[in-house]
Amino acid sequence: MTTPTFPTSMDRRQFLKRMGLLGGGLVVYFTVGDPSALARTPREGYLGSRIPTDFNAFLRIGADERVTLLTGKIEMGQGVITSLPQMLADELDVAYGAVDIVMGDTDLCPWDAGTFGSLSTRHFGVFLREAAAEAKGVLRELAAARLKVPGDRLATENGAVFDSSNPVKRITYGALTNGNIIERHLDKVPDLENRSGFTVMGGSCLRRDALDKVTGAARFAGDIRLPGMLYAKILRAPAHGAKLKRVDTAPAEQVDGVRVVRDGDFIAVLHAYPDVAEKALRKIDAEFDLPKTGIDDQTIFDHLLENAPAPTINSEGGSIETGRKRAGRTISHTYFNSYVAHAPMEPHAATAQMKDGRMTVWASTQTPFPLKDQVAAALNMPPEKIRVVTPFVGGGFGGKSASMQGIEAARLAKITGRPVQVGWSREEEFFFDAFRPAAVVKIDAGLDDSGRITFYDHNVYFAGQRGSEQYYDFPHHREAAHGSWRGPSTDVHPFAVGPWRAPGANTNVYARELHINLLAAEAGADPLAFRLDHLTDKRMIGVLKAAAEQFGWTPAPPPSGRGFGIACGIDAGTYVATMAEVAVDKPHGTVQVKRVVAAQDMGFVVNPDGAKMQMEGCITMGLGYALTEEIRFSDGKIHDKNFDTYRLPRFSWLPRIETVLVENPDLSSQGGGEPAIVTMGGAIATAIHDAVGAAVFQLPMTPERVKAAMGEG
Amino acid sequence: MTDPIHFTLNGRSVRFEGDGERTLLWVLRTDFGLTGPKYGCGEGACGACTVLVDGEPLLSCQTTVKAAAGGDIVTIEGLAEDGVLHPLQEAFVETGGLQCGFCTPGMILKAAGLLRANPDPSRQEIIDGLENNLCRCGAHARIVEAVQIAARKGGGR
Ligand code: FES
Ligand code: FES
Repeated sequence: MTTPTFPTSMDRRQFLKRMGLLGGGLVVYFTVGDPSALARTPREGYLGSRIPTDFNAFLRIGADERVTLLTGKIEMGQGVITSLPQMLADELDVAYGAVDIVMGDTDLCPWDAGTFGSLSTRHFGVFLREAAAEAKGVLRELAAARLKVPGDRLATENGAVFDSSNPVKRITYGALTNGNIIERHLDKVPDLENRSGFTVMGGSCLRRDALDKVTGAARFAGDIRLPGMLYAKILRAPAHGAKLKRVDTAPAEQVDGVRVVRDGDFIAVLHAYPDVAEKALRKIDAEFDLPKTGIDDQTIFDHLLENAPAPTINSEGGSIETGRKRAGRTISHTYFNSYVAHAPMEPHAATAQMKDGRMTVWASTQTPFPLKDQVAAALNMPPEKIRVVTPFVGGGFGGKSASMQGIEAARLAKITGRPVQVGWSREEEFFFDAFRPAAVVKIDAGLDDSGRITFYDHNVYFAGQRGSEQYYDFPHHREAAHGSWRGPSTDVHPFAVGPWRAPGANTNVYARELHINLLAAEAGADPLAFRLDHLTDKRMIGVLKAAAEQFGWTPAPPPSGRGFGIACGIDAGTYVATMAEVAVDKPHGTVQVKRVVAAQDMGFVVNPDGAKMQMEGCITMGLGYALTEEIRFSDGKIHDKNFDTYRLPRFSWLPRIETVLVENPDLSSQGGGEPAIVTMGGAIATAIHDAVGAAVFQLPMTPERVKAAMGEG
Repeated sequence: MTDPIHFTLNGRSVRFEGDGERTLLWVLRTDFGLTGPKYGCGEGACGACTVLVDGEPLLSCQTTVKAAAGGDIVTIEGLAEDGVLHPLQEAFVETGGLQCGFCTPGMILKAAGLLRANPDPSRQEIIDGLENNLCRCGAHARIVEAVQIAARKGGGR
């Protein structure tokens, strides 16, 4: 059981002060330790997300009838700025348009571990709806007294409580709260609205941030402009592990208007213009001791295997030994994937200002609350004196869970006494990225004479267990993880690694699904039928069939020469099956993905168009890790510094994309920001194998690797 | 002191007094406070900094202010006319041709230049035209759709 470890729950006084800041209104107040609140809280953190312990406030209702939704989640493109207000509007019975939203502001919003793991709807959404349900109950109690109508005769609609036997007798929420803070508990938390009561959820809403984003009005952290602000450029080591030996900052200091700050090895050049600061920084004469690690993107896999920690078995059934004895044929392969960058289009940026003894940091971050604590620690200031505000975030994908730039800006603002903006260059972005870890998967599996899998043994190194959980019906199986993308073993990597959109799952699903296809080929079976033969999980069968129908799948054992691939997986509670069609240019080894069909069962869908948008994003982004994206490095130096060598998916790569949402409305909403990416490596790998009969055992499947695989085949 | 540099910016004539060798991107983002043009790579490899100069899309990170002297510069902030959205802006909203929105200003302005040169582009011509504008969120399919819709609504005129 995960114990909440963040002692940042606001005390009551602070909390009321915060509400005062927002102008009063009705506040739904849960105390920490309130047994009813805890009983409703899932106790297990999901992949490192800690459970919010501070349930204080999710919404306020102003005298002007506007409802403000407060969330520690941030908007980085995934669309929760739209879907969370949809959820609140339905549960509270107010118009969608009456809901405003404040996101990622540590002074105003309830504590939150961060925006990751496709948890915003699944977990926060439930807390939000519970808060709204309780608020609605309190409003009804208040209305019963004001209207002198028994509570059971009252109903709510469109921001008002009314007498159901005399609907003209009504009072609006705003009139009930009248701008005051009203604290009140219900003895029992009311049931959440069921689907029949939804008028906003389940319908597609246009993105509420779209207008600001097409007019240039949307502000990102690097777009903040404060009077007297300086832009900082920071001296960086040329390699991870390099040590500053000697430095002469005088040439930079001679540039008009430049200020150089030095705090140990932390050296920054500041100027009223970032481009001038940048030029001045280049004048600094610095010498570094460079590490000689001998580790590069070729040798890394041996290094990882040599340093692999003992396995943790995450799922198992039967006995591998028994299954092995029953196998007539076994197939064993090792799969590799290189380091992959997050490469959001917005590099990390932050603006910091010290005013009246308080530090405010506007940061592009997925984790405003943890950043607040990190800034407090770095500045040796009490956390209450720090405020982190999160403007729009220009893409995160896990990469903005780490927010060093926010600490840098705050340090410089404190030292200089001026507002300071730190905006990383693309090169810094590549250098400091906490990459998706290089990883290895070893799979060993056997078939009996009837073509059934008798055992399946999956060992993953350094990617973690996510996506390896078994849902095929294998009588004897074991899924073990050696280390993870985080945790004690990350120091084996030559630089930082971290969560990358569905951490671990892309690696595990690629390896497993390609392996399954190779087993199907060995059995002479159609890969779809082969999968279905080994499945009883209805949701998985459902998405596979839905994808097959949309794709127009016809059976043929691989390699059929058609270039049809298939992969399925589970992520964030959502089931997904993907089919891809590729064309392989044999002489060059280049792969063009012509068509991708993905079917997804994500339970009840809050915003269907938003969900499809996320699926399309996953599919398009997934082309990159499948085909081109990998970090080249040696001796701590990162050789990919910009998009000229690190190739992201482009318009010309765009396949025909078809997405299918498999209806499962009785299941609560599951994650949507990540699932459809986890199958992309597997779908393309199996499609390449189907096209040319060659299995590519390393991601990304570059032309060289495809050619090499064909040569071996 | 160098001679001031004059140009038109979002319909207003403006002057810049300072080092003409400075990058147009940063002059727009700082001196003129127009943060619509974004820094994505600084090396002409992503298109996030695209602005229109005399109707042509230009990478402002690769241009000095001096080189833009006398030009008619339009940033995303100046694309709507009298509060009326450009058909491209409308179409991006309608189709959801954006997620995080960071590539959006560059995408829209690049597409505006494309439609101006070719008011009725084929799907392939749109793809070719936008090839050097990167989007990490994977909004590509809807961006193409948005440009097609805008073209039909006369976005190139
Ligand atoms: S910032 Fe100019 S092309 Fe990337
Ligand atoms: S919408 Fe995020 S980069 Fe394009």
